[in-house]
Amino acid sequence: MGSQSGFRALETMLQVLHDPVMDVLNADFFADFFCLAADRLEEKRHALCALDGAIGDGDHGSSMAGGFAAITRALRQQNPTSAAEVMRIAAQAFLSEVGATVGPLYASGFLEAGRRLQGAEPLGPGQFGLFLAGCAEGIQQRGQAAPGDKTMLDVWLPAAQAAQRAASAGAGPAEIARLTAATARSACENTAALISLRGRAARLQDRSIGHIDPGAASGAVVIEALCDTVLSRLRHAGST
Amino acid sequence: MQRFLNDPDDVVDETVAGFVRAHSDMVRLSAENPRVVLSNWAGTSGRVGVGTGGGSGHEPAFIGYAGRNMLDAVAVGELFSSPTAKTFHDAIRGADGGAGVAVLYGNYAGDNMNVKMALKMAAKEDIAVKTVVANDDVCSAPPEERDKRRGVAGEIFMWKTGCAKAALGGDLDEVIAAAQKAIDNCRSVGVGLAPCTLPSVGHPNFQIAPGMMEVGIGHHGEPGVRVEALADANAVAEDMVRIVLDDHNLPEGSEVAVLVSGLGATPVNELYVLYDRMAQAIEARGLKIWKPYVGSYFTSLDMIGATLTVMALDDELKTLLAHEAACPAM
Repeated sequence: MGSQSGFRALETMLQVLHDPVMDVLNADFFADFFCLAADRLEEKRHALCALDGAIGDGDHGSSMAGGFAAITRALRQQNPTSAAEVMRIAAQAFLSEVGATVGPLYASGFLEAGRRLQGAEPLGPGQFGLFLAGCAEGIQQRGQAAPGDKTMLDVWLPAAQAAQRAASAGAGPAEIARLTAATARSACENTAALISLRGRAARLQDRSIGHIDPGAASGAVVIEALCDTVLSRLRHAGST
Repeated sequence: MQRFLNDPDDVVDETVAGFVRAHSDMVRLSAENPRVVLSNWAGTSGRVGVGTGGGSGHEPAFIGYAGRNMLDAVAVGELFSSPTAKTFHDAIRGADGGAGVAVLYGNYAGDNMNVKMALKMAAKEDIAVKTVVANDDVCSAPPEERDKRRGVAGEIFMWKTGCAKAALGGDLDEVIAAAQKAIDNCRSVGVGLAPCTLPSVGHPNFQIAPGMMEVGIGHHGEPGVRVEALADANAVAEDMVRIVLDDHNLPEGSEVAVLVSGLGATPVNELYVLYDRMAQAIEARGLKIWKPYVGSYFTSLDMIGATLTVMALDDELKTLLAHEAACPAM
């Protein structure tokens, strides 16, 4: 096991050194991802607020769009040079901009993702599951939600697992990205069938059934933006 | 419903702006963070600072309780939404006079998480911070799960006593102990007659059918224990007293402070109608009302309804409650 994964890491390193396509998951990549996610959350601000208005406070779209816009501003100002640094900046920006539970949950996710990326760089293009797993772990630690509680975790966890399963099954980066995005989308849809057990929506109990969780919906937007950024990088490098 | 609004997204900033303009003799905005309201006495050297924070829409809570011998710093969140961790952190810094800061806040998931992250930030700056989490809302969890109960209007008694202890020279542990004792001695219940509406959403996000009331409702419309036909005021008053005192289980002869608060859209005269019967019911249980408060002290936007809080008193709490103080809300 150990020597195998050590070998894989070495292989990745060598590929990175010889192939510019492989050195995609750097600070620039994550900055682009946050930019794309911010744009899409802004586009979906009202739709997400409407989802939240059905079972919560109606401010989720504004929180997410505002938070990711703050991240892109901070990244432009601070110009980080590593993916781990991007995550630290993203967490700080979120903690300054977003309150409620969303602020600390995403900030904790980015902080954990940063810890996992630290020392793992340079990353191969199929390794973005590291970021997803870090986010899922940080969100779970902070919020103490369980899978099935109808929260953002119900998207982050399956997406992270899908990415890591596909990667360890030997799928190429484009395939991992497509699989992960599809998993995030369907996991988001699946939250409609669940009863809210966390947050303000929990007051509705059975009445929350039939509504997609707004935190899951915005999570899927973010994860799809990540996957699309991977695909776009691969296309630009002339390899899908 | 017709409301006084400009852009609904600006309502919190405009509330805070008007508030500090109206009460500049007692409060000011933090120069570092426009979402932190500071008492003009904040940062007094050698005195323990007291801070809090929470979502907006509960005015005069939380900002109205900043003042002299009252809260030093208040972190302001969006409507019904916890302030950011950074804002809590900036409030802690604003409250600090070198003797540590007591953060006295309500038991809500967002506030808990943001305060925790703010404590981590404050630890890096060597500010000693301790917390008390209010959990006086009886119907939000059974007695054996008291740590799950939400904080409601009992927070006002927690702030008043904690701040008085700090004003009297108590150290951080003593301030925390006084505030903890106050909230441990508080029980509250709410009754809702009509839901509230967040201006940016435009429709109520829960319903109370006409002719019905929700007994045990929370400060943001969290569900109560019973939805039933609206009874007359005397019956509602007696029901609220029963819920609070059955949970409290105080020995006969106990002295109590009583706070009846409107939830935003209930006329103050109706609060007195409730209080009249509540006071009789409390006294009929052998308790002595040492000090009553009746008014809109802790609201929930335009919810129609009221809360009752009963705090059991001892000599220390009476001294702290009576200690001279001034703030816009009391």
